[in-house]
Amino acid sequence: MKKIFVMGFLISLISGSALFARVELLGAGATFPYPLYSKMFDVYHKAYGVKVNYQSIGSGGGIRQIRERTVDFGASDAFLSDEEMKKFPAPLVHIPITAGAVVITYNIPGNPELKLTPEIIADIFLGKIKKWNDERIKKINPEINLPDLDIVVVHRSDGSGTTFIFTDYLSKVSKEWKQKVGKGKSINWPTGLGGKGNEGVSALVKQIPGAIGYVELAYAIQNKMPYALVKNKSGNFIKPSPESVSLAADIDLPDDMRVSLTNTGAKYGYPISGFTWIIVYKDLSKAGISYEKAKELVKLLWWMTHEGQKYCKPLHYAPLSKKALEKTEKIIKSIVYNGKKLLE
Amino acid sequence: MKTDKIFKGILWISGLFLFFIFLLIFISLFKGSFLSIKSFGLGFLFSKEWNPVTEKFGMLPFLAGTLITSIIALLISLPFSLSIALFLGEYFKTGFISKFLSYTTDLLAGIPSVIYGFWGLYLLVPLIRKLEIKLHVTPYGVGILTASLVLAVMIIPYASSIAREIIKLVPGDLIEAGYSLGATRYEVVKKIVIPYSASGIFAGLLLSFGRAFGEIMAVTMVIGNFNFLPKSIFSPANTMASVIANEFTEAVKDIHLSSLIHIGLWLFIITFLINFVGNIVIKKFKVNERITG
Repeated sequence: MKKIFVMGFLISLISGSALFARVELLGAGATFPYPLYSKMFDVYHKAYGVKVNYQSIGSGGGIRQIRERTVDFGASDAFLSDEEMKKFPAPLVHIPITAGAVVITYNIPGNPELKLTPEIIADIFLGKIKKWNDERIKKINPEINLPDLDIVVVHRSDGSGTTFIFTDYLSKVSKEWKQKVGKGKSINWPTGLGGKGNEGVSALVKQIPGAIGYVELAYAIQNKMPYALVKNKSGNFIKPSPESVSLAADIDLPDDMRVSLTNTGAKYGYPISGFTWIIVYKDLSKAGISYEKAKELVKLLWWMTHEGQKYCKPLHYAPLSKKALEKTEKIIKSIVYNGKKLLE
Repeated sequence: MKTDKIFKGILWISGLFLFFIFLLIFISLFKGSFLSIKSFGLGFLFSKEWNPVTEKFGMLPFLAGTLITSIIALLISLPFSLSIALFLGEYFKTGFISKFLSYTTDLLAGIPSVIYGFWGLYLLVPLIRKLEIKLHVTPYGVGILTASLVLAVMIIPYASSIAREIIKLVPGDLIEAGYSLGATRYEVVKKIVIPYSASGIFAGLLLSFGRAFGEIMAVTMVIGNFNFLPKSIFSPANTMASVIANEFTEAVKDIHLSSLIHIGLWLFIITFLINFVGNIVIKKFKVNERITG
């Protein structure tokens, strides 16, 4: 806490000295959307002259900083529960910016395109399916010659939004998982090795014959890793892609957009998907920032969810679906400053 | 006279400053871990479960992992660092080979630990995996043995450079006296050089043990990050420093964060104790040496 306080102090010093220049916005949080955000903020700076300083210190740090009001906005891969929101000095809103997916990657001879069902994934990560030539895997992959090889489970060792989305999914599709393990950014894994970051997991999976792990979709595409098709709630085997992730959000969404996108009812949606949010105070005067700054912040959020969306796909992030955008617009419009509306 | 007083004052202030930093670190660690201390007490040290979902925390697996890897690393590095120290401190004090070797060992200390991690992950891990396949254990490649080997290489320069300097300080008279009594070179090293510099060698070992104890990056990359008690030397494990580094950034729940700081507090206390005990041992060695010498 002390460190954060000191950091906040330094940041306020720096931003204080920049007061005479243009408005500068300050954010902190999730690492997962960082490549997209830095692209967006760079383009925005060039177009509108507003500099956005985003520190990808992790969702946990971002949430703490918005609570301490040392930043103008926080970013998180997991939405806050009602209980967590009570700890904040004022009400918050969640604005989804993009969606990502978690893919199952593996290392078996030839790396064929595997199909997996939710039950099989859960049992592999519970340590109950131990061999690649298990009857259940063979049954849905009849065309693949699966080897008599031990399965080595690899998971993230660091706390991460990726783990949250993956375990949220497993908790939904497997009762046993929900009871024995549960969901979270760090959990008590029943089996397997831990790798730090996407790169740590992929290094272990690439090296260990028979390994299976999970990484972000964007990371898997960039590194040309094999990933499995996963059976969704409607019974279709879906290949993960920015398109199938966007489709996963094409469902009835709650008004506050605090929603998990795992195992949704979307017919062609990839089931292990999730939003990533920017979190701000609903009344920005409560965030301790000026009216001018608040106006710029709301403008930025509108831009990110509209013009900014075209930067998603090239970076392998999923743009917001139509239904998601409708609700998001309403949320951005509901942001006020001292009760006064900032956007029409 | 005046400059003398000012100088003395500066020294006093710097000394006190260091002490206050030490104190403040302790206080902030204690404050940060208060919630965890209140909920788990001393049981934190002996509980095997680390579960952020059910909010039950205990650090025994990490304590075990840290101690085991550090001790094995120390044992592996000891013959190497001792022979390097003797080679440079006694056998080849000057000359090209000596300079080359001492630069190389010092250079080892300057390599960032993430490089050691990569080296371990891409070179050592496949080798260990081959060994594990031959021995018919699960070929993870990562685990206690791999981490200990990486640590052993990392700590060699710390132990060897201190031991080297101490060995160089062994009085020439003593060594000459040994030779004049007809002792061979080996006998001189064994009966005079090593006993005389024992406390220095021990201090070097202690420093390197502390280094191994607190190492994060290289260990995290090759230990397998497995939050249970290790079953064998090949099994994956986790260490105190690496669990903090892994989970700190995304620890949202207060008790989770507090428990991580609690591990930090114990790391602080244990390192302090090792150094404290070490100092006592060093002093004892010195007394012995005075009696026999």
